[in-house]
Amino acid sequence: MALQETPVILPGHDFETVTETIAEVPLSKRFPLGWIGLMLIALGLAGMLQMALGWVLIKGIGIWGNNIPVGWAFDIINFVWWIGIGHAGTLISAILLLFKQQWRMSISRFAEAMTIFAVACAAIFPVFHTGRPWLAAYWLFPYPNVMGLWPQFKSPLIWDVFAVSTYATVSIVFWYIGMIPDMATLRDRATSRIKASIYGMLSLGWRGSARHWHRYEVATLILAGLSTPLVLSVHTVVSFDFAVSLIPGWHATIFPPYFVAGAIYAGFAMVLTLAIPVRRFYGMESLITMRHIDNMAKITLVTGLIVGYGYVMEAFFAWYSASPHEQFMMYNRMFGPYGWSYWTLIAINVVMVQLLWFKQVRHNTLALFVMSLLIGVGMWLERFVIIVTSLNRDFIPSSWGMYYPTIWDFMTFFGTIGLFLTLFLLFLRFVPMISMFEVKTLLPQGKVKADH
Amino acid sequence: MAHTIETSNALHGVMAEFDSGQELVDAARKTMAQGFTKVEAYSPVPIEELNDIIHKTRTVLPKLVLAGGLTGMASGFGLQYWASVIEYPMNIGGRPEASWPTFIIPSYELTILFAALTAAIGMIVLNGLPQPYHPVFNVDRFSMASSDKFFLVIESTDSKIGEASAFLQSTGAKGVYAVAE
Repeated sequence: MALQETPVILPGHDFETVTETIAEVPLSKRFPLGWIGLMLIALGLAGMLQMALGWVLIKGIGIWGNNIPVGWAFDIINFVWWIGIGHAGTLISAILLLFKQQWRMSISRFAEAMTIFAVACAAIFPVFHTGRPWLAAYWLFPYPNVMGLWPQFKSPLIWDVFAVSTYATVSIVFWYIGMIPDMATLRDRATSRIKASIYGMLSLGWRGSARHWHRYEVATLILAGLSTPLVLSVHTVVSFDFAVSLIPGWHATIFPPYFVAGAIYAGFAMVLTLAIPVRRFYGMESLITMRHIDNMAKITLVTGLIVGYGYVMEAFFAWYSASPHEQFMMYNRMFGPYGWSYWTLIAINVVMVQLLWFKQVRHNTLALFVMSLLIGVGMWLERFVIIVTSLNRDFIPSSWGMYYPTIWDFMTFFGTIGLFLTLFLLFLRFVPMISMFEVKTLLPQGKVKADH
Repeated sequence: MAHTIETSNALHGVMAEFDSGQELVDAARKTMAQGFTKVEAYSPVPIEELNDIIHKTRTVLPKLVLAGGLTGMASGFGLQYWASVIEYPMNIGGRPEASWPTFIIPSYELTILFAALTAAIGMIVLNGLPQPYHPVFNVDRFSMASSDKFFLVIESTDSKIGEASAFLQSTGAKGVYAVAE
């Protein structure tokens, strides 16, 4: 071979070492101190979420800061932010699979886990914004109320219900299917009876026969093929919540691609936020290599540039529309009372992201870690800007108003971060965080040369 | 290892162990060429060639998924049409009752949902899972099948089962074991 490809995993691994490195974490009896410490913080935050949600149920959604004219605020900002973060997981597990990107294999499992936990956090916001979540089932799902009236199928909000619930279901199914062979590995290696039976049940009795694998590979490929249009549709539909309305600042044709790119951008930043400490803490540097980090940083850069283009086009549309309301919206966004949030997001998502052009930055995990956290902030601000600054000063100055989040808004938001961390830490401890069988397919031991 | 194995009705078959995917594939080719018919291979990683060598047929799963997807599309569209046109017609923004462009997204999502569930459940059911017990698990060495060893089994229903043990020894297997039923 003239062109030697950079190895995806570092040399020195064979089937046995891959199994050992990865299976050791869920099978060990040890709970590392760092894990326990983080878990306590995460549970503390999750407890705060419980308080905030409990109080919203008792008192009502009036405890939140959103009120006319800003009728949508933290509840939708955080929903869009979390859903967007989830997108990177599906991109890695589905789209990169279709493109045969082998480097995805080391990071797909925990990126998918991130997707599912992010969607779970996202769902909390619209469900609790209904005020009475126990009734939300028939407000949201296609089920008539006592008057025989059905949800309004011509509304993007109901499309959103279909898109997000399908996305959550398919992500969970895809994740679980991907884990079946690894669960069998844990079953076969478990030393305690309890672990062997739990992992045994989860593995469904998988035995890796040629027939099993054949159907399994076909099913995985189909699921990847189905998840790809699905993930693109989810943030498109989320953007329709805004784009189908007539509010200046929301009613823009660029929203679907701009939202999808923003979602992948924020999601890859989150994968970096998680991968950089995890590979270090669990000593997985030989499986999640600098090549992975570098590739993810490159995708972050590309999607960041698309997002930057989206900002430019939003401003251009406002000017080119010749509509005074659109132009005022843009002026208000840049120089109005929330101007600081607009310029902060530009500083992060347009200016700072340019650092990723440099290899030195892409190979400096500390810098990348800090940048990925800032990108999370930047993308949160993007949703804040789109939602709040489009609403706070509308057509009639007499109806203008300011939005200030309350302590409950903040408790709910930081609480979902706690919930996410709790779920993610449980995942790291009890599930193989890297797909063992997929990584093994990269090694010579499993490769078969063609017959002729 | 090289002791002879009695083949009786109480046996599921005879199992041979290999160290790599290549050895397993070579052995599977030889086994099929030898005229054995009830053969199954087990590996820790998917090896595409094995299914072509041993079973020669492809799964019907893609066709099931297509049917599932079409059912999802029809149910999604049908649900919205029925609710908005037949069950409770309502004028919303002056749009037609059967305003099909607005029905596209839920139909699209349900297409994907039904197809994906068919793919997942179809794979599990066609594979005969969940199946907690299988004779191959009776072999102690088989616990390595999910880690780094490769196995080939000639089942006792094969008409040539009597020759199986000696034949598998000749393929260069690292070990040959009887699989109790």
